[in-house]
Amino acid sequence: MTTKSLKVDVHHLTRVEGHGNIVVDVQNGELKQCELQIVETPRFFEAMLRGRPYSDSSHITSRICGICAVGHATASLRATEKALGVQPSEQTVLLRKLNFHGEILDSHILHAYMLVAPDFLGVGSVIPLAKSAPEVVLRALRMKKLAGDLCKAISGRHTHPIAMTVGGFTHFPTSEELAALRERLVAMRADVDTTVELFSTLPIPDFSRDTEYIALHKPDEYCFIDGVIASTDGGTWPTEDYRRVTNETIVPHSSAKHTANQRESYMVGALARFNVNYDQLHPRAKAAAATLGLKPKNTNPYMNTVAQVVEIVHCVEDAIRLIDQLLARGVVWEEPAPPTRLSGEGVGACDVPRGTLFHNYVIEDGKVIGANCIIPTGQNLANIEADMRKLVPEILDRTQEQITRALEMLVRAYDPCISCSTHLLNVQFV
Amino acid sequence: MSAKPKVAFFEFTSCEGCQLTVVDSLQDHPELLDTVEIVQFREAMSEKGEDYAIAFIEGSCSRPSDEPKLQAIRQQAAIVVALGACAHLGGVNAIRNRMPLQEVREYVYGDRAEWFETYEPRPIKDVIKVDAVIPGCPIDRREFIKAVTHLLQGRMPFIPDQPLCMECKLKENICVYTRGKVCLGPITLAGCDAICPTYGDGCEGCRGLIANPNIEAMRQVMHEHGLTDEAIDAKLSMFLTNQIMALEEAG
Repeated sequence: MTTKSLKVDVHHLTRVEGHGNIVVDVQNGELKQCELQIVETPRFFEAMLRGRPYSDSSHITSRICGICAVGHATASLRATEKALGVQPSEQTVLLRKLNFHGEILDSHILHAYMLVAPDFLGVGSVIPLAKSAPEVVLRALRMKKLAGDLCKAISGRHTHPIAMTVGGFTHFPTSEELAALRERLVAMRADVDTTVELFSTLPIPDFSRDTEYIALHKPDEYCFIDGVIASTDGGTWPTEDYRRVTNETIVPHSSAKHTANQRESYMVGALARFNVNYDQLHPRAKAAAATLGLKPKNTNPYMNTVAQVVEIVHCVEDAIRLIDQLLARGVVWEEPAPPTRLSGEGVGACDVPRGTLFHNYVIEDGKVIGANCIIPTGQNLANIEADMRKLVPEILDRTQEQITRALEMLVRAYDPCISCSTHLLNVQFV
Repeated sequence: MSAKPKVAFFEFTSCEGCQLTVVDSLQDHPELLDTVEIVQFREAMSEKGEDYAIAFIEGSCSRPSDEPKLQAIRQQAAIVVALGACAHLGGVNAIRNRMPLQEVREYVYGDRAEWFETYEPRPIKDVIKVDAVIPGCPIDRREFIKAVTHLLQGRMPFIPDQPLCMECKLKENICVYTRGKVCLGPITLAGCDAICPTYGDGCEGCRGLIANPNIEAMRQVMHEHGLTDEAIDAKLSMFLTNQIMALEEAG
């Protein structure tokens, strides 16, 4: 039994989105404190939506996050559409899925290559990596550019999409644009294969802790938009019942709330989706998972980045399929589907890069009167802390520097998006 | 040729989308990395240097404890550039500046409202001197590259003062008003290549007001296109709350 004492205090963890601190205090071998502190400024988006026209909501909430702006906009549009009885067309559904794949690709490539890979390649960031392994960085930039161009063709840009609106789109890509993107996606397979090879060689830390994994689920597709909430512990819930799954609580060391479902915490994100929805992955993605040594149910949180690589393979293949479908039917100019009422309540759910995202609005006479947004990173916080509490005693024999690094890499593996996670709240709808 | 200028990036209250746009601009301009030395960029790197000449600041100042951090950056940097609408205008964060602060806090954090520090979000020029602004939500990546080029040449980034409509007409877009939509183009600073009207939506004013905006005429136009006073106020407050409040105060 070790009697070691140790303090870890990582102020403003780097290579993550937003501001968070890791604080660990071990006294005589006993873990006294183990927290991921969220110190980002609160942003109050739910309060800002109140009183505004429903059509503003997706534009305002896309500003919650620069990385998953398409995800927030989509969840927001779905919440509004459900509240107002809007039925989007098949073309709208296809274009939204395609746009979503662009964002998942952009975010996962950024995270896997630029934020995580430097930990394994012995550099502090992607910038020296550009000198020591330029082909790796150029590959990442090339893939990311294609993801961004995909979003641009559909909604104008990736960060804060323009053309997405309640009931449909205000702009449509041409067949030529889609065909050109298809050609580039096919050519991208070589970079994707190289990515799988690269990540299969990285020494992912050996650690595991069984937890509950939660993701959106559909029987007939690897689900990112709508579906039901599903758990590896068993059980499904309609998205409208999200509060029964998330059960938010406020903790003093975090401006983001904590959540718990059937255990003390649960995990959302790429690994959770992989564990819940493995059967719905594209065959090429399943093959990549085999190469990467990832099988469901995997309980190593560091493997979240590897699950993201599997999703990169899936999204490239599914984007090609969606473009084929759009080209076969032809993209036509459509007016957005109109609201059938101006008052109601709706829940929009999407599985964005970091996990399940919920937007819930109450709309009255066309104005938002109540809003609640529950963000993936908020749902992961309690689970990250539970991982840290298991990990620290297992690695106490290492140096302080090694322990700090292992904890930083653990938190980073979750791909936390801290600037999103700071306005979670508890609205009492009246 | 002197040594490469040392550059640092900082973020306050924001979505960090402008810094991501900086990362994205490297997709087309990887040579940028050879022209400057980035000493701090928390979102993208772990290395951290305190010796920098140019500071790019993203985000608005939304709590008193942000102020000394901004002062410290100002003391170190020869040039401070406000990056994006949050730093430039307060951004969407400022929407709540017309709402009672306590009500906003309690709506989100209930009886724990006092746990989390906040005040009215403001542009960073309200806290420290700012030398240049790159407007937009998010910033335009070509404008960012152009601004860096100017800085490398020893010049200040220049943002022309003309309304968005001029740019939109040059693109030969059909005016979105004729498509039944509302647009703040006549009073908003151009420079984004009229991206929102080009993709079928009205301008939301994210780049801020031109020097002499005719707000009353703009209200009249929106009124004629069927918007209620309340809807007009909503339109003018997505990005422009602080600027409009300042104009109202000035009379």
